[in-house]
Amino acid sequence: MVEHAMAVHGELWTVKELFVLPNEYIYWSIQIVMYPFMTGLVAGAFVLSSLYHVFGVKQLKEIARFSLVFSFALLPVAMMPLLLHLQQPFRGINVMMTPHFTSAISAFGIVFMTYSFIVASEIWFEYRKHFVLTTQTLAAQTDRSGFDNLRMYFFKVLTLGAMDISNEAIQKDHNAVKKLATLGIPVACFLHGYAGFIFGSVKANALWMTPLMPVIFICSAVVSGIALCILCYVVTMEIRKFMAKRKMSRWAKDTSAPTVEQLQSAETQEIAIASNYLLYFMIAALTLEILDMIFRGYTQVKSWDILREVILERDFNKIFIMQYAIGNVLPFLLMVLPGRTVRRTTIATVLVIFGVFMMRWNVVIGGQAFSLSFSGFMHYHMPFLPTNWETFREGFFGAVTVMATPFVIFWFLNKIVPAFLKEDEAH
Amino acid sequence: MKRRDFMKKTIVVIAGASVPLSALDLIDPKEVLAANPEIHWAFLIDTYKCVGCGFCVKACKTENDIPFEANVSRTWVERYVYTKDDRRYVDSPQAAQYGFTEAKIDLGEHFGFQEIDPDNVGKAFFVPKLCNHCETPPCTQVCPVGATYKTDDGVVLVDRSWCIGCGYCIMACPFGARFFHPTEHVADKCTFCYHRITKGLETACVNACPFSARKMCNIRDINDPVTKIILNERVGVLKDEFGTRPQAFYIGLASEVR
Repeated sequence: MVEHAMAVHGELWTVKELFVLPNEYIYWSIQIVMYPFMTGLVAGAFVLSSLYHVFGVKQLKEIARFSLVFSFALLPVAMMPLLLHLQQPFRGINVMMTPHFTSAISAFGIVFMTYSFIVASEIWFEYRKHFVLTTQTLAAQTDRSGFDNLRMYFFKVLTLGAMDISNEAIQKDHNAVKKLATLGIPVACFLHGYAGFIFGSVKANALWMTPLMPVIFICSAVVSGIALCILCYVVTMEIRKFMAKRKMSRWAKDTSAPTVEQLQSAETQEIAIASNYLLYFMIAALTLEILDMIFRGYTQVKSWDILREVILERDFNKIFIMQYAIGNVLPFLLMVLPGRTVRRTTIATVLVIFGVFMMRWNVVIGGQAFSLSFSGFMHYHMPFLPTNWETFREGFFGAVTVMATPFVIFWFLNKIVPAFLKEDEAH
Repeated sequence: MKRRDFMKKTIVVIAGASVPLSALDLIDPKEVLAANPEIHWAFLIDTYKCVGCGFCVKACKTENDIPFEANVSRTWVERYVYTKDDRRYVDSPQAAQYGFTEAKIDLGEHFGFQEIDPDNVGKAFFVPKLCNHCETPPCTQVCPVGATYKTDDGVVLVDRSWCIGCGYCIMACPFGARFFHPTEHVADKCTFCYHRITKGLETACVNACPFSARKMCNIRDINDPVTKIILNERVGVLKDEFGTRPQAFYIGLASEVR
């Protein structure tokens, strides 16, 4: 680590050991760890919501709607780490203006926009009835305040003039949601699989280059997405139960509001099914990751000497203890051992999310832990307290900002498209 | 004429017309010249002649405005030392911009400097490095905005006004030739001194080398003495396993040099 006026990008947090080429630094740092992590959550959340819409897993009805809204809240955040990482963030738009299609990154704008449109339209069809009902309820009120008027016009605009809520019309909405969700699954997988391709196709990097990378990324994405949705769902349900018990919110005072017992039973059922799916995807992700590692160890090509030292010695704790033991094996046991409870599942999901984060870390930072000369190593020291813009965006607080943003967006989004709808408004 | 016949005939006419049109397209002289340009720049490094003075690095940094205080460089020199008890040491302190003035080996911030007993040295040599201006460069392939590109005469360049600074090209280069410019904040690399060679001058490093360890040539000109060496002598390239077809050739390349 060198701090001087002419510090090169990457020099601040890189410590070199033995022979590392002069221009080598850890150029892709924490924000590039966040990028596949956040896109993974987006894709995973969407896949969970599709389980209900496409495959008709009825037990997931409530969490499906929740995941859909949450996936939309996560969307803008998938782009954030990339922008924060660019040396010329104001030129980021060039990717859309002059895409150079031999580059894996150039398709990002197109895939991302396609995916955004799919999720946005799916949400529109899902919530059209809610928009119409809100508009009508507000219009029926005689003593509307200025804010209510504003709300009414806002929702009126959201309906896009489609005010028909007859059974046939709602059925059409329903079909549209199903079609969009079906289309969304491959696009979501593509969005994330190709984030894996960005790494997997870098032939210069011995750790990254494997055709398995996109598939590994998709599986771990679904794992992290489902885990986060379960976790957030439990947290919101606990808040709802807390409010329902004490009649603290406007909806809780309503006579038709669900009772604590109803909420409890819905929660238990949804979590049970969702965590089964979590387990399936965890098995797939883990199998592929272990396969990749065994293959490298068995074939022992030129790079294996240095990779072995990184994987089995230097990064052993990060890979085998933090990623595999704490992030995979422990939550797996918590979920498969008999007598699974919501609390135990919740703890497991926290560990799973941590495990997937560590996997991203070990790929991105681990891939830069050794020199192209295969004769030296680089250590990453993440900047903690920001001293300037550079150490903020490429440091701990930059990552925390990225991590916190979807929750802020979700809070606002929830005012417009409530993740928990009353039974009569829902599909 | 029936509509069906009209459609049929239209298709026949379009198909027929497109054949000679595509033939015309094939003999576009610009494209032919681009495919077989008269100039294709290549570099030759004789590792036997390099003494590690670092004049090339100094000249390059001065010519191309890469600050001396910045620990990055478009070109650098590596020192390889093998001891008789089969230990291998490599270093390139500050890219060797001040030359190898110390006998001690730089082992990085962790280990500091290592003294080596001169009687224990088996073999030792210097290897200058720079961008290989590959035939099939992975760096230009991965640039998402096309800001880095290969010229018709075989030089890989970066458009500083269009680079977004994502670092993908830096990651894609198997030779570590690229870095972020400390003040321009865009990807930077050796240009073969494009501003000089296109005016008939030598590159700054070739010009500065007192022992002619570095040479440049037009590999299409078979009468060029340097081209003759590349074509007739036993020369090697770095890391050919990546399939990038480097255009910097080495005399006396050891297999340990990576």
